Parts: sequence; C-alpha cells; structure tokens
Amino acid sequence: MLDDFLVRAALASVGTAVGAGALGCFVVWRRMAYFGDAMAHAAILGVAISLGFSLSIYIGVSVIAVAVALLFLGLTGRGHSADATLGVIAHGGLALGIVAVAMMPGQRLSLESYLFGSVLTVSPTDVMVIWAGAAGIVTVLWYRWAALLMTTLSPDLAHASGFHPRREELVLTLLLALVVAVAIKVVGALLITALLIVPASAARMLVRTPEAMAVVSVVIGCVAALVGLRMAMTFDTPVGPTMVCVAVGCFACITLLRGMRRA
Amino acid sequence: MTLLSAQNLTVHLGQVPVLENVSLHLSEGEIVTIVGPNGSGKSTLLRTLIGALVPEKGRVTRVPGLRIGYVPQRLHIDASLPITVRRFLDLTHRVSDADAQDALQAAGLGSLDKQQMATLSGGQFQRVLLARALLEKPHVLMLDEPTQGLDQPGSASFYRQIEAVRQDIGCAILMVSHELHVVMSASDRVICLNGHICCEGTPDVVSAAPAYRELFGTGTGGALALYRHDHDHAHDHDHTHEG
Repeated sequence: MLDDFLVRAALASVGTAVGAGALGCFVVWRRMAYFGDAMAHAAILGVAISLGFSLSIYIGVSVIAVAVALLFLGLTGRGHSADATLGVIAHGGLALGIVAVAMMPGQRLSLESYLFGSVLTVSPTDVMVIWAGAAGIVTVLWYRWAALLMTTLSPDLAHASGFHPRREELVLTLLLALVVAVAIKVVGALLITALLIVPASAARMLVRTPEAMAVVSVVIGCVAALVGLRMAMTFDTPVGPTMVCVAVGCFACITLLRGMRRA
Repeated sequence: MTLLSAQNLTVHLGQVPVLENVSLHLSEGEIVTIVGPNGSGKSTLLRTLIGALVPEKGRVTRVPGLRIGYVPQRLHIDASLPITVRRFLDLTHRVSDADAQDALQAAGLGSLDKQQMATLSGGQFQRVLLARALLEKPHVLMLDEPTQGLDQPGSASFYRQIEAVRQDIGCAILMVSHELHVVMSASDRVICLNGHICCEGTPDVVSAAPAYRELFGTGTGGALALYRHDHDHAHDHDHTHEG
C-alpha cells in the first residue's frame, strides 16, 4: 500500500493535519502564532545543518526548533521585546539557512522542497516518522490536557491546584518543535503555521468547549489535507499551498455562513 | 491546627523588593483578612503562598495534602478559547452534574451551565470562580480582592456569600481586600500589610493600632479609617456626621 506515492502523500498529509490541528488550538489560545512562525522559518537552518552533516532532516529541524525556543527565552529574559526577538530569530534563521544551503554544491533544488513542501516525494520512512510524531503529540495532549488547559487559562490557578505551569509551557514548546519537524516535508517551512492557526480558528466558530475545538480543528485539517491533495493533482499546483488554500476556504465559508445566520 | 504558614518571606518582583520579612500562619476554620494600600504586596503574598512566586528568602510551609481553592483578582479568558460555565467547573478534575449544581448554588448562582464564560457579567464571573474554587473541596479558600469591579451592594452580597460558605464547609479563609469596613466585621484576624506587616490582631486591635491609622488615615483625610470607627473614639474637633 505504501508503494503508491499518492497513498504515502495522503497518509503524510493526514498525519500532519492531526498533529497540527490538535496542537494548533493551544497556539491560538496562547497567541503563539508568531512564535510558531519563528520556529518554522528558522527550521530552514536546521535543514541546512542536516544536509551539511548528512543527518536526518528530522533531527536537524528538531534541534534548531528547540534551540529557537531556548534562544527566545534567553533574549526576552534580557529585556528584548518578544515581538522583535521573534522577528530577528525567524528571519535570521531563514536567511542563514538559505545562504548555507546555497553554498553547498547541488543542493539548491532541495531547498525549495523544504520551503514549500514536497509531500509527493515522501518515503515510507517519512510516513512512519510523521505518524509517530503525530501520535506522540496527540498522546501527550490527551494525558496532560487538564494541566495544559489550566496553565493556558491562568498559571496562578494551575499553581493553586498543584500543577506546574512552567513545566506545561515547556511541554507545549517541545510539542511545537515536534510539529515543525513533522510538517516541514508536507507543507514546507513557510506555511507550517497556517496548518496550526487556520483549522483551529475555523473550528472556534463552531464550538462551545475547548475539547470540541480540538476535535473539529483536526477534522477541518484532515479535510483540507485530502481535498487539497486531490485538487493539487487535478490542477497541477503545489500540494502544501493548495492544502492551506482549502483550509482558508473552510475558514471563509464558516465565517460567511455564520454571518448570514446572524443577519 | 496550622494549615499554612510563612516564615520571614522576602519576595522580589524583578529587582524590586515587594515583601520583606513577612511571617504569617493560618489555622483551621479561621478567616484572616490582609489589608493594605495599592502596591503593598497583598497579591504578591497570596501568589507566593500558592507557589506561583518563589521567595528570595524564607519559606512557605503547608500541611501535606493541603487543598487550596484560589479565587484570583481577575481572570482574562482569551476570546479564542470557547468554554462553558459547566466545562470551567471541570477544570481541575471532572465533577458530577449534581456537585456542579451545588457549587453554583453555594456561590449564589442559578443554573448557567451552558453559558459561555465570556458572556457573564463581572459579578457572575467572580461567583463562578468561587464555585470552581469550592469544587476543589478546599481546606483553605484564598480570595484576592474578589469584589474588584463590583458595586457596593454586589460586593456586600459577595462577602455574605463567603461567610455562608465558611459556615457550610468550615474551610479557612485567607482574603485580600481594600474594602475595610465590609471585611473587618467578618474576620477573626486582620493583617495590615505595607511591604512588611505593620500590625495584626483582631479587627478591634488593628483598627486601634497607630500603624494602621497612619496607613489609612493619611491621604484619605481619615475617611477610610474612620468609616467603621467614627463612634469608638473622640474627635478633637467639632463637626456632625451625616447619614
């Protein structure tokens, strides 16, 4: 079954949508969109390092994503504003990564596939790594849900109830790094944040509880992944951006329908 | 039995010392009120007691297994986070519908299970926070200026609710407030805080203490300190009280 490149592409896309859709809710609630962007853009530097040292892309990207988180904490701790710090990290990492890859002979083409994604070329191993990552994300969210949600609502309430909000924030940061590593081959560094933000924001309009939002966000993400893949085949467009277009389409339709019902 | 105690707490926020050498203890079933002007470190003290802040010096001791029901000063729920009142009551652990209903009733609310938290009025919101804290089955209920933003009848009825709760479940209550006249009558002990503990004792002892009068007597023209005590001491000038 994994012999067919379309089947592999579909499995990889759905796996990514599941992980990103669930975690995306926390990114939206905690307003971490720009933080996710910084991680994803800097991941190109991780790609460069992986290519340079012939490492697995997943290792290079995960390491850089975690490094971004630590660098961010270090710099904002010294009084730099969060917004500007993220801008420096995001674009610094991206530019450095592009320059580094350009200096390697014969790698210019592979750079594009990591900027925009190349889900049609994923290997059976990629599919397994992506699904392992997605399963890891969903499992951690499932077991730590109460603590993570309470930390998001109010760290003080979490403390009083015996949780450790700083630990939960660290867990979220590590999960975000994992999503970036999982998604980079599917949608590419430039659009990873879209998979986190768009399905969750579309789901927000349809639900009344946090859990429902996570479930609906995963569903919308999966629909966008499969419909996007199908449309990309039909219209011969790049797969990752087409998926994001479908997700944004869902968001627009839900917004319009809600507006019409209220009017 | 002492449930919770703090020894010689010194707490800094950034580089600024906010609390210096503060010690206090809380026994079973007691109502203790912390009063003090803005910026006197009242909220910082509560946040240190629940473990949200780490003291520079000194230590906080809780009896093992102590359950704290914390009602924060205010809680902002981001508009992107959908949550019903019912789900909010389930935050720490799932509770039965019957328990949730009891807690809402104890906090003076009807059934607004299905309402979004974001649509509640200020008073309703504070009562839901109280109901949630009660569902922790707390040994200690901690309230940080719980009536901020409520009008006077609203805060008076909120405090009556808290007294009723204490009678019902018998937990200790540690409360921060600036509404001295409402709070003091219900308290077993009052701690007057201004970076350090200025004075403490029963409401009568504290209201007579020079340190307390200095803190609340100046700047307000004596209005706050006099509010409750305008009949228990003689004025050295002549005027008639109105109302």
